[in-house]
Amino acid sequence: MTRSRVWKNRLFKAAMLFAMLVAFGTLAVLLVDTLITGWPELDRQFFSDPPSTVAEEAGARPAILATLYLGLLVLLLSVPIGILTAIYLEEYANRERWWNRAIEVNIQNLAAVPSIVYGILGLAFIVRGIGVGRVVFAGALILTLVVLPTVVVASREAIRAVPDSIRQGAFALGATKWQVVWRQVLPASIPGMATGSILALSRAVGETAPLIMVGAIVYVAFDPTLFGAYTALPVQIYNWTKQPDPTFQTLAAAGAIVLLAIVLGMNAVAIFLRNRYRKQW
Amino acid sequence: MESPRIDSARIAEVSRGLERDEIERREKVFAVNDLGVAYSGKPALEDVTLDVHKNTVTAFIGPSGCGKSTFIRCFNRMNDLIPGARVEGTVLYHGADLYGRDVDPVDVRRRIGMVFQKPNPFPKSIYDNVAFGPRVLGLKGDLDGRVEKALHDAALWDEVKGRLKDGALGLSGGQQQRLCIARALAVEPDVILMDEPASALDPISTTRIEDLMHELKRDYTIVIVTHNMQQAARVADMTAFFSVVVDDDGSARRGILVEYDTTAKIFTTPSDRRTEDYVTGRFG
Repeated sequence: MTRSRVWKNRLFKAAMLFAMLVAFGTLAVLLVDTLITGWPELDRQFFSDPPSTVAEEAGARPAILATLYLGLLVLLLSVPIGILTAIYLEEYANRERWWNRAIEVNIQNLAAVPSIVYGILGLAFIVRGIGVGRVVFAGALILTLVVLPTVVVASREAIRAVPDSIRQGAFALGATKWQVVWRQVLPASIPGMATGSILALSRAVGETAPLIMVGAIVYVAFDPTLFGAYTALPVQIYNWTKQPDPTFQTLAAAGAIVLLAIVLGMNAVAIFLRNRYRKQW
Repeated sequence: MESPRIDSARIAEVSRGLERDEIERREKVFAVNDLGVAYSGKPALEDVTLDVHKNTVTAFIGPSGCGKSTFIRCFNRMNDLIPGARVEGTVLYHGADLYGRDVDPVDVRRRIGMVFQKPNPFPKSIYDNVAFGPRVLGLKGDLDGRVEKALHDAALWDEVKGRLKDGALGLSGGQQQRLCIARALAVEPDVILMDEPASALDPISTTRIEDLMHELKRDYTIVIVTHNMQQAARVADMTAFFSVVVDDDGSARRGILVEYDTTAKIFTTPSDRRTEDYVTGRFG
């Protein structure tokens, strides 16, 4: 009786350990393989030269720059819109009105829509409809749409974590609604909002599908401008992996390392912010 | 058995309260007439009529669910913040209708301060907590002096004067509550509402808050909700006893005002049997 209980305990522990090893082992193998393959290619030329049909001369400068531009633009577009939306929904919207409830449900659903759908929409409405064209700005708009629901949801969580007693205390002193939001709720929820926004942004930086739809093209030999043709790092990587020359595979690995570094760097900032401004109540 | 059990200690406790004619000589700060509150159509409190006089402490006592907290929130229009809350009847504040069409609740709250049941300091420094009110109201003048005076008046200055920049959440519960009182005082209100201000505190902190109320009533009018009858007896000049009535089918419960009189009268010779049962501990 006791023996079988002890064995069950051990068996279950072993099963969990195995599951964890499968998950992380696979990741670790992929990571190490990519690092070993790509590391030699990470020289000055990779960061300073445009792509080329000759593998030995190819670099990723336009792609890296465009990815950084896209990240910055998405940040500037999605964070203010997302935070203001979250404040409206949490602090101002009257939940007894059906349209506010409809907006809420839809935002949650939008967060689950595959990004390729946004790509198709973007192609129809932004690139062709408004006629922005296949430019960096159009790509940033699409990616903003992709991450906006996530930013809104994360910001709402952060606002909701502020205890109501804080709002009541401020109201009781004669503060207006705006003063309560601006001076109490927002400062208290900024760490949560920042964390959520950065994580959403790191998703945007890694997106490929919608950018292919809205025309991130592959051979861009010049630095990107706001309203110029562009490529992005994930698209560039994707394209290199399709080339027959095996040297391009190593270039793809190098690109993957750079993309990983950008994403991990952003996540590190998010973790830092979260720990720095720990909840105080 | 028939007469309420009255011990000398209780009479000693209530002896600090003012006499009735002395209280009624003072200006009426609030005149409540036939007030009722309903949440989403369900009545929570009905038919309350009473006056609150200047520079007195008025206590609301009663069992849980009797609507005393709901009632105190009518004085600074905090019920406005609850969706679905409806207030009927009138509350006159120095003769003006508190719920009049052109009255902005924000203006009401800057003159009628409130201290809550659970200390709720803002996650900011001690100084910024007290300075918050003057800052949002755009009060001009010496902010440092104002903060110092408020902390003095709340009997907290000596404990925090060396660490005004420290976080308010590092203070003890009792200190946090006195900080919340200081925060309310900093905007120089006319009235201070206290919703069970000592219920989350230890006995020593409770005594300090009660002593403070005796000090504060010289300059302010104080209205306090408490579930602690001894506390009401110790601090209040006037006491209102609220009770709960349940519909015949047991479905709806709502609060009513049973009796309102001087604290001495309520605790020694109440007119209503229900008050007597409550203050002698036979009910509630």
